Amino acid sequence: MERRAYYKNKTLPWLLIAPQLILVLVFFYWPTTQALFWAFTLEQPWGGGNSWVWFDNFLAIFRDREYWSTVLRSGFYAVVVTAISMAVALTLAAFVDRALKGTKLFQSVFVWPYAIAAPAAGVAFRFIFAPESGLVGSINEIWPGVWNPAINGVHALAMIIICHAWLGIGYNFIFFLAALQMIPRSISEAGAMDGARPVQRLFDLQLPLIAPTFFFLFIINLISSFTDSFGLIDTMTEGGPVGSTEVMVYKIYFDGFKGLDYSGAAAQSIVLMILVIALTFVQFKWVEKRVHYN
Amino acid sequence: MNRTTLLTAASTIAVLALATPAMAQTKFEFWYGLSGDLSDRIQDMCKDFNASQADYEIVCVSQDNYDANLQNTIAAYRANKQPTITQIFDAGTLDLMLSKAYVPVKTVMADAGLDVDFGDYFAGIASYYSTSTGELLSMPFNSSTAMIYYNTDALAKVGFEGIPSTWTEVEDVARKMKAAGYECPVAFDPAGVWQWYEQFSAIHNQPIATKGNGFGGLDAEMAASQGLFVDQLTWIKAMYDEGLFVHKSKDVGQNDLDAFAAGDCQIFSGSVAGHGTVTAKAIEGLNWQVAMLPMREGVERTNSLVGGASLWTLQGKTEEEYKGAAAFYAFISTPKQAEWWSTVTGYIPVTNSGFEAMKANGFYNEAPYAGRELAIESLTATPPTENTRGIRLGNYASIRAEMVKTIQDVLFNNADPKQALTDFDAKGNDILRRFEATYAGASLL
Repeated sequence: MERRAYYKNKTLPWLLIAPQLILVLVFFYWPTTQALFWAFTLEQPWGGGNSWVWFDNFLAIFRDREYWSTVLRSGFYAVVVTAISMAVALTLAAFVDRALKGTKLFQSVFVWPYAIAAPAAGVAFRFIFAPESGLVGSINEIWPGVWNPAINGVHALAMIIICHAWLGIGYNFIFFLAALQMIPRSISEAGAMDGARPVQRLFDLQLPLIAPTFFFLFIINLISSFTDSFGLIDTMTEGGPVGSTEVMVYKIYFDGFKGLDYSGAAAQSIVLMILVIALTFVQFKWVEKRVHYN
Repeated sequence: MNRTTLLTAASTIAVLALATPAMAQTKFEFWYGLSGDLSDRIQDMCKDFNASQADYEIVCVSQDNYDANLQNTIAAYRANKQPTITQIFDAGTLDLMLSKAYVPVKTVMADAGLDVDFGDYFAGIASYYSTSTGELLSMPFNSSTAMIYYNTDALAKVGFEGIPSTWTEVEDVARKMKAAGYECPVAFDPAGVWQWYEQFSAIHNQPIATKGNGFGGLDAEMAASQGLFVDQLTWIKAMYDEGLFVHKSKDVGQNDLDAFAAGDCQIFSGSVAGHGTVTAKAIEGLNWQVAMLPMREGVERTNSLVGGASLWTLQGKTEEEYKGAAAFYAFISTPKQAEWWSTVTGYIPVTNSGFEAMKANGFYNEAPYAGRELAIESLTATPPTENTRGIRLGNYASIRAEMVKTIQDVLFNNADPKQALTDFDAKGNDILRRFEATYAGASLL
C-alpha cells in the first residue's frame, strides 16, 4: 500500500486545521458539554449555584404526559412536513427536468424560498393566514368561522406544517433536479419507446435511480423538521393555542428561556440530540449501504 | 532600535493612552422591558436625568418586553456584562430575591449618601418588593393595577345608568349590547391572566396559592381550583359561548385595547397603565370611562394587587456606577418627576405624597385623567390580607403560561373548568416543587 505524505512537518497540519477545530470545539462541543452538565444538575437561573441530581431531570420529563404528547406531535410534524415538501419538490423537479428550455430560470424561481429566513417567512405567513384579515382568512366571509388558527389547534398546526414544507421545497428541488439530470437521457427515452407514460417512467425508472438522493433528502428533511421549526412557531403561534403547536424544540426554548428551567430544557435537548444522532446514524450506516448506486 | 525597545515603547504609549484623564462622567446602563409609547417616555426621563447633572450618564436600553428583559439580563449577568439597573416585572420578583444577584436599594442609597423617603411609598407597593422583615430590595418604579374600561355611549344606548359594578351587571349590559347590534360587547384576551385571574382572586380575597400566596415559604401549593375562580371561569365560558365575550388578542390580529379604542368592542379589562394609550388611540368621538374591576354578587371587595415592575440594582459594578444608580433613583423619586411620569403614562403615583399632591392640584378632576385615581382606591380598598399582599411564587412566569393554556382549553376546546383548573394546580405545583428543589435550603428572606 502506498502512503502519500505531503507534509514532513508534524505540526503544520495541526496548525492548518486548528481554526476549524477551535470553531467546532467552541461552538459545538462546549455548549453540548454544558447542556450535558446542566441536564444532570438543577441549575439556578441567575447562576448562584447548582446541585447534582443524577437522572432526576430525565425522569421528570419522561413522567410528564405533556412531554410525551410533544414528542408524538414532533414525530407527526416531521413526517408530514417531509412528505409534503419532498412530494412537491419531486413533482416540480420532474416537470422542469422534462422541459427542454428554461431549466435555469425554473431553478432560480423554485429555489428562492429556501433563502428566506424562517422567522421572516413566519411573519409573512402569519398575515396570509390571519383569520380576520388574511388572504386565507377571507374564506371566512363565505363560510364564517371555518378557518381560525388562533383558536383551533388543528388549523394552527396545519398552518405551521404548510409553511415549513414550503420553506424546504427549494432545497429538495435542487437536489432532485440535479439527480434527475444525472440520469442518462437514453434510459428515459428507451422507456418511452417501450410505451411507458411519463408518470410510469418517473416511478419505475427514474425514482429507483435517484434512490440515494431520495433517502439522503428524507433523513435531512426529518432532522430539519425536528430542529428548524422554532423560528416559524415563535413568530406564528408561540406554541399555542393550548400547546397545539408545541413541538420538542419549541418546548426546549420555552422551558429554558421563558420558564427559566435551564436544567429541564437541557435534559430535553439531550433527548432531542440523541434522536437526531440516531437519524444521522441511520443515514450513514443503513441508507448509504443499502441503497444501491447505479 | 531593536524589537524589544519597540515593544516597550508601544506598550508605554498604550498605557499612557489608557491613563489619560477618564471622562468626567460615569456611564452606566439601565435595561427596561417597555416598548412603544412607554419606551419613549423612559427615553425622555433618561435625557432629563442626564441634563440635570454633570457626573453621570445613564444609557437606557429597551429590551422590548418584560420577558425578554429578564432573559437578557440573566444572560448578561451570567456573562458578567450586566447593566447596573434592570427593570423586572412582578412575576420575576421571587427569582431575583433568591438570586443574590442584586444590591438592596437601601444599601445603594446609603452608600451614595443619598436619601429617599421609603416610608412615603404605598404600603402595598413597598411590601411587594420587601423581605418579610420589611427590607425594601428594589426601587418601586412603574406600578399599576387592573381596571375595566367601558364605552359610556354603548352603556347609555342600552339604558344603563352609571357604571356596572358587578359581573352580573356586566353580563346584563353585554347581552343588551349584543341585542342592540354591537358585535363585540366585551373584548377578552385569554393571555390576560393578570386581570382575569390574579386580580379577580385578590379583590375577592381568594388565595392564588397557599401560605399567603407563597409569602410563607417555598412549599406553597396552587389553589386555583378551590375557590371562586372556578365559578368565574365557568361564567366566562358561558359568556364566550353566547358571543358576549369576544376573543381579542394579537393571535387574531387585534388586541383587546385596540379593539376598544377603535370602538369595535365596548368593554375590556386591562392595566390602568393603558389609560394613556387608550387616550392616544381612541377614535374621534369615543366616550369612555375606567372603573374598578367588578365584583361577583354578594362578595365584599378587598384590595387589588400591585402590578408593573421595579428597578433592581445588580451586583458586580463599580462604586461609581452605584453612585450613578443612586442619583438616578433620587431623581425619579422627586415629586416633580414622579408626577410627570404618572401623567404621561397612566402608571399610578407610587408615594402617598405624590398622590396627595396630584389630587390637590386637581389632576384627577378632568378628562383625560379622570378615573385614574380609582386605581389607587382599588389598591388601597382594604389593608392587605394574606391573599392580597402580592404573589411570591417561584418561576411564576411559567405558571402564568400554564394558566393561559388552561383558559384557552376551556374556551376553545370545551374543557371542564373545574377539571382544567385542577390540572392547572397540579402543573403549577410541579413547577413550584422544581423551583423549591433548585433553591434547596434557601429560605424566604
